[in-house]
Amino acid sequence: MNNTQDTNQKRRQFLLKGAAVTAAAVAPGVMLHTAVVAKPLGEAVTDAVRWGMLIDAAKCADGCDSCVQACNDENGLDLLQKPQGQAEDLWDQQIPKWIRNVKVKDNLSGHVTNLPMMCQHCEEPPCVDVCPTTASFRRADGIVMVDRHLCIGCRYCMMACPYKARSFVHDVVEHKLTRAPRGKGCVESCNFCVHRLDDGQTTTACQDACAKEGHDAITFGDLNDPHSEVSQALKEQSSTQIRADLKLNTGVRYRGV
Amino acid sequence: MKVRAFEHGLLLALAVVLLSIASVSSAEEKAGWKNGTSLAATQEKSCVRDTAFMRRNHMEVIKHARIDTVRKGVRGVDGSLSECIVCHVNKDDKGVPIPVNQEGQFCAGCHQYVGVSLDCYQCHATVPTH
Ligand code: HEC
Ligand code: HEC
Ligand code: HEC
Repeated sequence: MNNTQDTNQKRRQFLLKGAAVTAAAVAPGVMLHTAVVAKPLGEAVTDAVRWGMLIDAAKCADGCDSCVQACNDENGLDLLQKPQGQAEDLWDQQIPKWIRNVKVKDNLSGHVTNLPMMCQHCEEPPCVDVCPTTASFRRADGIVMVDRHLCIGCRYCMMACPYKARSFVHDVVEHKLTRAPRGKGCVESCNFCVHRLDDGQTTTACQDACAKEGHDAITFGDLNDPHSEVSQALKEQSSTQIRADLKLNTGVRYRGV
Repeated sequence: MKVRAFEHGLLLALAVVLLSIASVSSAEEKAGWKNGTSLAATQEKSCVRDTAFMRRNHMEVIKHARIDTVRKGVRGVDGSLSECIVCHVNKDDKGVPIPVNQEGQFCAGCHQYVGVSLDCYQCHATVPTH
């Protein structure tokens, strides 16, 4: 339940993984590896997998927001309604968004870059550091998320996040999806469509939507598997972490920014 | 005197036993909550554990499931709250599901009777959805 336990579990799995590698090396020349592993439904996630994403801003089309739409639909964000009497612009600031469409303009050249910005799933997440209740936590498979059963709505994590990736639910939620519970007074953010991954799927809604539009700007997969599409793509060409200076070792990487 | 006191004690004990039997049987239909109000009861399925165990311990079962699912990514566990709702929701005449937290429904009926109020439905759907 608490961080200590998560970390201990990590250590045990690290030791286990060491043992597995030794065993595989016993047969010389034989490489044992499995492609993206769909985790069995009834088993806990382990750090054998680290989910991650590569976003190619050069492929991200100006004016397209299909990833945002798909995210909103998948995670029930489009069911949220403006509180009665609230001003449009305040609602625009406060409406929970898991993906923000960020436009960066180079003042010198005038070149405009579009990029979707969401939780970067840091290995050293500042939101987890500051959380007083362990509601903000990093799952063994690298997904940073909020356990809303423990969230007290203090919003320290929102202040700590360098990516402005977190949202707060300000009002009572009328319409709910079973797969995406949410309610007044808790913080939330992108969780790589955790319900899909836990069900054995290997894609996120934003990635699927981007591919469907034909842009293919989003590649998602297991960073620990050297043969996964995302690892291969990262190996082939250079990419950057946003605010790499903070040394958070983000799970979301960008190209063309 | 001593014998009298013993007799009194015996009578008292008997009365307590009788009273508790009476209250158990009347609990079955008090406050609109009857055993068997749920759709689950009409289907030939059984609960995720023994009915008697569930009656006393379902909150613990759900809590374990909550931790397993949210913190460890284990889905499809026995104590899943969404699964409780799938089985225990009722439907009205037109086949529309009635929210489980509505007065007199399976979960709410008993909770009203025992004076428990849940905050779960501030976030969780009360009818099966996607
Ligand atoms: C502030 C919002 C909130 C409240 C209040 C809340 N939950 Fe949750 N609950 C969530 C979220 C978010 C998830 C994660 C859903 C997911 O990833 O599928 C979740 C998941 C769960 C799960 C695992 C998924 C499932 O359907 O089995 C259980 C069990 C659960 N909650 C039980 C409870 C119970 C019992 C209560 C009331 C005592 C409660 N929750 C109150 C937000 C909430
Ligand atoms: C597969 C369908 C199914 C699921 C899933 C299920 N139940 Fe049940 N449950 C039943 C049946 C059938 C009974 C026995 C008949 C009855 O009393 O309605 C029962 C009985 C119970 C009882 C005892 C009622 C009494 O008579 O005292 C409780 C409490 C209960 N369930 C709660 C839950 C909770 C909480 C969950 C979720 C963790 C859950 N059930 C999940 C089918 C289900
Ligand atoms: C037979 C009566 C009965 C039925 C039916 C019943 N409950 Fe309960 N429930 C209780 C009692 C009594 C408590 C309080 C136990 C305590 O305080 O220790 C409780 C507590 C809970 C809690 C913990 C509340 C908290 O805030 O800690 C949850 C969650 C819960 N019930 C869910 C359900 C769900 C979901 C259903 C319907 C599927 C259901 N219950 C049906 C009697 C019942």
